[in-house]
Amino acid sequence: MSAMPVTAMPVTAMIEVEGLNVVFGHGADRVHAVRDVSFRVPEGATFGLVGESGSGKSTVLRALSGLNPDWTGRVVIAGGQQGPRRDKAFYKLVQMVFQDPYGSLHPRHTVDRILMEPLAIHRLDNPDRRIDQVLGEVGLGSAFRFRYPHQLSGGQRQRVAIARALILEPRILLLDEPTSALDVSVQAEVLNLLQRLKQERGLTYVLVSHNLAVIAHMCDALAVMNHGAVVEELDVAQLKRHQPENPYTRQLMVASLGYDRAAIDRFEDFGREG
Amino acid sequence: MSEGQGTAKPLLAVEDLQVSFPSRKGLVEAVRGVSFSLGREKLGIVGESGSGKSMTGRAILRLVSKPGIVRAKRLEFDGIDLQRASEAQMRRIRGQRISMVMQDPKFSLNPVMRVGEQIAEAYRTHQKVSHAEARRRALEMLKAVRIRDPERVARAYPHEVSGGMGQRIMIAMMLIPDPDLLIADEPTSALDVTVQLQVLAILDDLVTQRGMGLIFISHDLNLVASFCDRVVIMYAGRIMEICDAKNLAAAQHPYTRGLLNCLPTIDGDGRDLPVLRRDPKWLDEGLEHGL
Repeated sequence: MSAMPVTAMPVTAMIEVEGLNVVFGHGADRVHAVRDVSFRVPEGATFGLVGESGSGKSTVLRALSGLNPDWTGRVVIAGGQQGPRRDKAFYKLVQMVFQDPYGSLHPRHTVDRILMEPLAIHRLDNPDRRIDQVLGEVGLGSAFRFRYPHQLSGGQRQRVAIARALILEPRILLLDEPTSALDVSVQAEVLNLLQRLKQERGLTYVLVSHNLAVIAHMCDALAVMNHGAVVEELDVAQLKRHQPENPYTRQLMVASLGYDRAAIDRFEDFGREG
Repeated sequence: MSEGQGTAKPLLAVEDLQVSFPSRKGLVEAVRGVSFSLGREKLGIVGESGSGKSMTGRAILRLVSKPGIVRAKRLEFDGIDLQRASEAQMRRIRGQRISMVMQDPKFSLNPVMRVGEQIAEAYRTHQKVSHAEARRRALEMLKAVRIRDPERVARAYPHEVSGGMGQRIMIAMMLIPDPDLLIADEPTSALDVTVQLQVLAILDDLVTQRGMGLIFISHDLNLVASFCDRVVIMYAGRIMEICDAKNLAAAQHPYTRGLLNCLPTIDGDGRDLPVLRRDPKWLDEGLEHGL
């Protein structure tokens, strides 16, 4: 895996985000969920967003995907500047995989119908061939075509969710905690699958996770978020050298390494900055 | 039968525990002959979903609901035969002597009762004390689980506190009767890593200071290895291996090795993760005898 420094990229970026802000609610209930977030992701790279719950990492992803129209800032995807609403062509280019494979598939639709829907919306030809092909690519095979989600394991469901995203042949996949609901052995299979698909198809990934090890395994570069802001952006080589500069990143790193009674007493409470 | 615990009599002895559920397709065996013993230590039970780890915890407290069938050659807690105990005896054991923390505080706390009252109630159920005394103890307990503003939190309703706070409240409630044994079923997997470790530190201190026994049920092998004294590895209702946590890296069983290898690490090289291959033989071998 090549570790590309993202900050000084002369080549074209697949995704450019500048000064992204997301605010929910008004008055006393106003929550500034994403604060001035900027990053760029080169074509073919995997960019990680890591942070704890409420850090705003998923909100960034939802703004990128067009699921949340209430944002300000500049978002450029594959050279096109994006407004709050997206057209059909955008969703042919960008697809998303969600955390919960139990909640993201329609419980009363067969795998076939789940995969048919995006094809019908985008009026693509040869649906049968496409469905068989994509099921093969995610390692399920045509035998799964007429099953219902409740007849599948968690890992198989997540493969269906990935197949549904891939069937439109997008260039960008937005991955929101794609393996955190899965057992570790199944997580390994899904991460391997995502890596293979990326190589075969030259995909660009944005991966949101709370798990620093998953991020380190998958990504070229990452941004660490806390209370809506990016506290540090670093490439994966820096992370692997255990040399993050920001104290919050360092604490997150120590915590990911396992239980250490002495280290826990030194934990700090990183409140809102600025 | 006990191993490395020094004292003669274990706090809990489980021998050949079986839990099964009748279904249209025949008997589903969730736990198939599990044996272990526990002293005043931290014992981790690790396994993937469906391995029977939670059912093992529930069976100890006789919380497996009908039509589930629980059988064991021996299920003994501090000299009490848990299989023969009457419901009245069990009610005295549950909470007061053996306590259980579940995964999700959202579903375990009473949503229409203030947090402080719930904790005080847990105390008054087992102790004959005044309301004022129970309240004082509840506040003390909230402080013990590192809640900074116990007065305010005691007045709050469950929906007004965060997940991490809710889990600490649960732990306070389970610990206030001062149990001898705490069964914690994925008590921290819904929490952020730093909060998770802080909650574990509280449990750790209680084991060291009060000499409590702890059964820590989790799917997180790394966490269990760094936190517990001994680890039980379960697969498909059977124990594959029991080993000292500090020697887990040298574990022998292919299932344990597979679980360890398939975890991504910060220092990994980013190559494909080794995929766990399950051997049908494991279903029959397992550990037949308690350690």
